[in-house]
Amino acid sequence: MIYFDNAATTAIYPQVLKTYTDVATRIMGNPSSLHDLGTVATRMLQASRKQIADLLGKATSEIYFTSGGTEGDNWIIKGLAFEKKVYGNHIIVSDVEHPAVKESAAWLMSQGFEVDFAPVDSNGFVSLDALASLIRRETILISVMAVNNEIGAIEPLHQIAALLADKPTISFHVDAVQAIGKIPLADMLPQRVDFATFSAHKFHGPRGVGFIYMKKGKNLHPLLSGGGQESKKRSTTENIAGIAATAKALRLYVAETESKQVKLAAMKEVLLTALEAYSDIVIFSQRDGFIPNVVTFGMKGVRGEVLVHGFEAHEIYISTTSACSSKAGLASSTLTAMHVSPRLATSAVRISLDPDNNMAEIEQFLTIFKQLHAKFQKIQ
Amino acid sequence: MTNLNYSEILIRYGELSTKGKNRMKFITRLANNIREVLVEWPMVSVKSDRDRTHIFLNGAAYGPLSEKLVKVFGVQNFSPAIKVEKTMPALEAAVAELVKKVYLEGMTFKISAKRSDHEFELDSTELNRELGHTVMETIPYAKVQMKRPDIDLRVEIRPDAAYLSYETVKGAGGLPVGTAGKGMLMLSGGIDSPVAGYLALKRGVEIEAVHFASPPYTGPGSLKKAKDLASKLTVFGGDIQFIEVPFTEIQEEIKEKVPMPYLMTVTRRFMMRVVDEIRARRHGQVIINGESLGQVASQTLGSMVAINAVTTTPIIRPVVTLDKLEIIELAEKIDTFNISIQPFEDCCTIFAPPQPKTNPKLENAEKFEQRLAIDELVQRAVDGIMISQVSADAQVDTLEMDIQDLL
Repeated sequence: MIYFDNAATTAIYPQVLKTYTDVATRIMGNPSSLHDLGTVATRMLQASRKQIADLLGKATSEIYFTSGGTEGDNWIIKGLAFEKKVYGNHIIVSDVEHPAVKESAAWLMSQGFEVDFAPVDSNGFVSLDALASLIRRETILISVMAVNNEIGAIEPLHQIAALLADKPTISFHVDAVQAIGKIPLADMLPQRVDFATFSAHKFHGPRGVGFIYMKKGKNLHPLLSGGGQESKKRSTTENIAGIAATAKALRLYVAETESKQVKLAAMKEVLLTALEAYSDIVIFSQRDGFIPNVVTFGMKGVRGEVLVHGFEAHEIYISTTSACSSKAGLASSTLTAMHVSPRLATSAVRISLDPDNNMAEIEQFLTIFKQLHAKFQKIQ
Repeated sequence: MTNLNYSEILIRYGELSTKGKNRMKFITRLANNIREVLVEWPMVSVKSDRDRTHIFLNGAAYGPLSEKLVKVFGVQNFSPAIKVEKTMPALEAAVAELVKKVYLEGMTFKISAKRSDHEFELDSTELNRELGHTVMETIPYAKVQMKRPDIDLRVEIRPDAAYLSYETVKGAGGLPVGTAGKGMLMLSGGIDSPVAGYLALKRGVEIEAVHFASPPYTGPGSLKKAKDLASKLTVFGGDIQFIEVPFTEIQEEIKEKVPMPYLMTVTRRFMMRVVDEIRARRHGQVIINGESLGQVASQTLGSMVAINAVTTTPIIRPVVTLDKLEIIELAEKIDTFNISIQPFEDCCTIFAPPQPKTNPKLENAEKFEQRLAIDELVQRAVDGIMISQVSADAQVDTLEMDIQDLL
């Protein structure tokens, strides 16, 4: 089996799974309990939070646990809107955001907020001029992802931060779910960023756990009210095992990817060079300004889904551009936003690599691709 | 402090020099206390003689170790020293290097040489002259001053090697813990009792901490707090025995049979009896507590009379005349304050009556106590004590290591 769908989810590391089961079995207390077992659970929670904060270079008080990327995005977009609605009712999200962001924004429209979708250029980068022209006095939030999930474009966060430098009243949210471990911390979380979203299963942690970064002094209206956990900002009994496993996964992954960026880049280069030799292949993931883990391309006239199943028969797992929209049979929303024709957009497939993949797998993939390509060309 | 490669630390005694025949007992005890406090550096060795104690670092870093050493009672001051080969060229080179590192413009210096190896080519006067010359050559504008120089560069020629030192660090003073005998510290979770313990340690009293626990009215948090406090006290003189007294039965009995205004007085009298019995069994000589005059109802002179009447054992109250703010200042200095203010109820507060007698009458207390089986209750409590040793390295807590393992 070759697994090339790491942008959708990654396999949990064995050591991380061990932490999960060890903590789940050994640390049984509820952190809110007064007795010893509660204290132990609290210590575990605090140590996990500290480890994550340290790895991100942030304060422990700036890290809040969630159930994953979708909750993080929902919380920040909606929670911020309600927190700051007295100051304004306008928010801007980029046109290539994950549905968790776009749908949260769309829901806010139904609640009387005004939303603008900032356009991207033909490569998928948010257009700075267009973004600047959308900003108004009522704007309270701008949300732009750090790395696009469908094609791997690295969005110009530093430039957006510069654009917002003299606009302190606008909060800046970054969906960093696809960026963690792939681009340097400084590029993912420039100082100007107020909020960021993370999800554990994208870095070999457990599913159903994530966290957000909330800059000191900022606030979010809670979406979950109740027992007052997470400094009264997100009530619900803490998922201690999941949180500890997340802290461990992040530590291992950050160390792992840093040392393997060169390997990832080399694998991407081999893929690109090979694919470029086919005249009917269109590549959406460029070399410059894109992460090395993702290669998205389309074969003219062949629906992406067909290629996915073609590879699947050989136990090679890739995806149409995003796992979240692929079942719906929709064209890639990122490619659509890039004004790629609907026909070409439905042909797109995404290969997303992990430091654990290797060159032999790339070669095997390319061999199978050659066969599939010949077969599908004949059928056309 | 500069980054010099220290190989040993020379410890000087203060008050110990007045101890005459008992002096070696004090010195041996001090060496043992130092060993206990430095337990996390197994490579370190400690050797005492009549005038000095030497700590051989054997590769241990001086900085963190000196932070522990500075708290040990019985150390007047100490100097880290650099070991140098016993030849004039080596000594001259080392002296030159040292002054380059530590000399600042305008400072005065002197050389104090001592020669215990009389085979060495130069005597101490010659050494003073030669090495003084080396300093002047290295720093031509250096000024010599015999009385109170800024840098007193001490050179010792010993049988094994030569030693250079210039820095004198003030120690904690006091007497080595254990040289004054043993006392029982009544350790609650409050602010005052750890400070009382610290002050008793300072005068050389070895303490055993007696803590009254009333589960389930007091929780594990309250017990852990008391142990953490005891652990903070170990840095001044080494390990402490921690004695947990099961006090629930006595408190319940008192609550049931004694009128409200006398609950507190009778409870304290029972504590005193229990701690005194423990003292007797464990060969302690005194009781130490954190009573401070006028702070609460049990600490009025009238209350003290009534409570004290159950024993003839001396009771030391080191903070009795201090103001609360003075006690807090000390608690902060010895790093117990932040533990003490953690909100766990202790056995003193759980059955506290709303209006305790501030001036209880001894005969009333005695009268009410006749309803209780005093001796049996005390014996049962003393028979049920649990003893554990709190060590200087108890701060390395195992849960933390577990958590770090998991993460």
